[in-house]
Amino acid sequence: MRNKEENLSRRRFIKKSGITVGSVLAASVIPSFNAVLFASEKPKGKGLWYGIAIDIEKCIGCGSCAKSCKIENDVPEEPFFFRSWVEQYTIKNDGSVEVVSPNGGIDGFTQTVPDDEIEKSFFVPKMCNHCYKSPCVQVCPVGATFESPDGVVLVDQTYCIGCKYCVQACPYGCRYIHPTTHVADKCTLCYHRLKKGLNPACMDNCPTTARISGDLNDPESELSKFIKTRNVYVLKPHLNTGSKLFYNALNQEVR
Amino acid sequence: MNPQFEHLYHALSNVDGYIYPNEIELSWSLLIVLYPYITGLVAGAFILASLERVFNVKALKPTYVIALLTAFAFMLVATMPLIFHLGQPLRFYEIMITPHLTSAMAIFGFVYLWYLMVVLLLEIWFDYRADMVIWSGESKGVKKWLYKILSLGITDVSPEARRWDEKLGYIVTVIGIPSAFLLHGYVGFIFGSIKANPWWSTVMMPVIFLFSAMVSGIALVMLVFMAVNYIRKQKIDMLCLDTIAKYLFYIIIIDFTLESLDQIHRIYEAEESFEIISLLMSGKLFVTLLIFQVLLGMIIPLLTLGALQFYKPKEKIRQAIYFVTGILVLVGIFFMRWNVVIGGQLFSKSFYGFTSFKLALIGSEGFLAASIWLIIPFIILAFLLWLFPPWKKTQQDHSLVG
Repeated sequence: MRNKEENLSRRRFIKKSGITVGSVLAASVIPSFNAVLFASEKPKGKGLWYGIAIDIEKCIGCGSCAKSCKIENDVPEEPFFFRSWVEQYTIKNDGSVEVVSPNGGIDGFTQTVPDDEIEKSFFVPKMCNHCYKSPCVQVCPVGATFESPDGVVLVDQTYCIGCKYCVQACPYGCRYIHPTTHVADKCTLCYHRLKKGLNPACMDNCPTTARISGDLNDPESELSKFIKTRNVYVLKPHLNTGSKLFYNALNQEVR
Repeated sequence: MNPQFEHLYHALSNVDGYIYPNEIELSWSLLIVLYPYITGLVAGAFILASLERVFNVKALKPTYVIALLTAFAFMLVATMPLIFHLGQPLRFYEIMITPHLTSAMAIFGFVYLWYLMVVLLLEIWFDYRADMVIWSGESKGVKKWLYKILSLGITDVSPEARRWDEKLGYIVTVIGIPSAFLLHGYVGFIFGSIKANPWWSTVMMPVIFLFSAMVSGIALVMLVFMAVNYIRKQKIDMLCLDTIAKYLFYIIIIDFTLESLDQIHRIYEAEESFEIISLLMSGKLFVTLLIFQVLLGMIIPLLTLGALQFYKPKEKIRQAIYFVTGILVLVGIFFMRWNVVIGGQLFSKSFYGFTSFKLALIGSEGFLAASIWLIIPFIILAFLLWLFPPWKKTQQDHSLVG
């Protein structure tokens, strides 16, 4: 009789621990399935959420943004490392497209296509799009690159292992491996300045105020009003990166 | 000019069209070509071993242990190119202790360990345990002790114990097959899931990687099998060799079909990236893709192996053909990895131009360093064959189980 009871309680014990272990295992597996759903995440709700707008019609291709970025953020001066650069697009009469960005536009531009062959020409400043479904954040194997609560994509350089997967994953070419630290480097939207209430260096140094940054969640911000009143477009929208860099008057040739 | 950047200035002068300014240097170089190549050899060799054991292809029996040891030797080296390509190699362990679950790369360490520790090691151990016990009695010196330690003190060699070895080994093999598929399909996913890169971003990538892995692994085991027999001056079991070649032929057909389907689909759909990719294929990748990968690595092996299915010349000639074909296949699959990894970074994500790539001779990403990572597995394999000579094993009949 006693034996039977002991057996019963043992069985109950095994059953209970089985359920507990099973549920813990199941619960630990669920988040990894969520991991597959990365890019289907919806935009966040309230609070400060940074975005950027660039008015192509205002850009004169002076390169001050790219230059000031290099100075402000100690970006290596060699022409292979850029957090911010300017491209000159020239669309010719025959429909062909010519793009140049000598030294990221820091030294300015000269038009090499003869005037009578040009249909139109314009400048496109480029920088990190601070996407909210960032492919670079998605692929970082250690979580060294992340999106700050206020919507800025940053890299923890003391933590990055330098696998370069994020460089491959960014569709906009905004990342590079820093030649001294050997880890990923990119635009921080001058986070150190933002936190002091200042503007990013590239925006303060733009002589034509072609670039603005601000709070996308505040309908009264200059940025929100800009987006509301113009035909804005993001780069490569088909990739669904959740880009928060909005261009005014962007041509379809721009990639 | 800072000599550190000399190669970049050289690359800058060779840019064709427009590329984003950060795209001049290729982030992934020769070491990342080796990574899928080596893991592919592992998965392929293992799948060949499983053919004998689980699917009971008797003719392949002489290759079973050789295939396992080959897979193991290459597996031990598989992570080295990965670690050495890191900007901060000493931080590699972060990928294991703080894996970021949305990253395809983060899971590699676990898939790798699972495969190495649970599948390969266990399977080899169960297969050799009884032999190690017997050999430890027969050998002297270091070898005796190595066998003693490696058999973990489980010295029971009764028929009953050996039946258990067999049974457990069989279970591990059954688990091993999906694991091998997982290992290499997963490596394909690392590339296939990068939506920024149209050359990589295809749902076919894991499947193509898997079948090309099987092709390369089978070819490698075929060559090792021939080499071992040649070195030991033994007559090659032609039935076995013909059977390996037959399976190689079948798998190449599947691989060729899948890769062709992928390309035809790409050409037919002709999306935004079509123009730059066709320029890539007919230009920068012409030699490595169309000549090395497709012509030498696939079409010629396909034709020769296909012909041998109907017409059987003398043994010596067949051996020579198998030898040359094996090498062609291995070179072809190497360039398949090359064309994926290097090719995918040669064109700009702006689709407006190309950067260039020049293989360095020295340096951690250079030709010499890469050669070392390909030679070391053979040294390990030679050591394993010395320590665990398959030809000295007591006969085991795998068909007893399953």
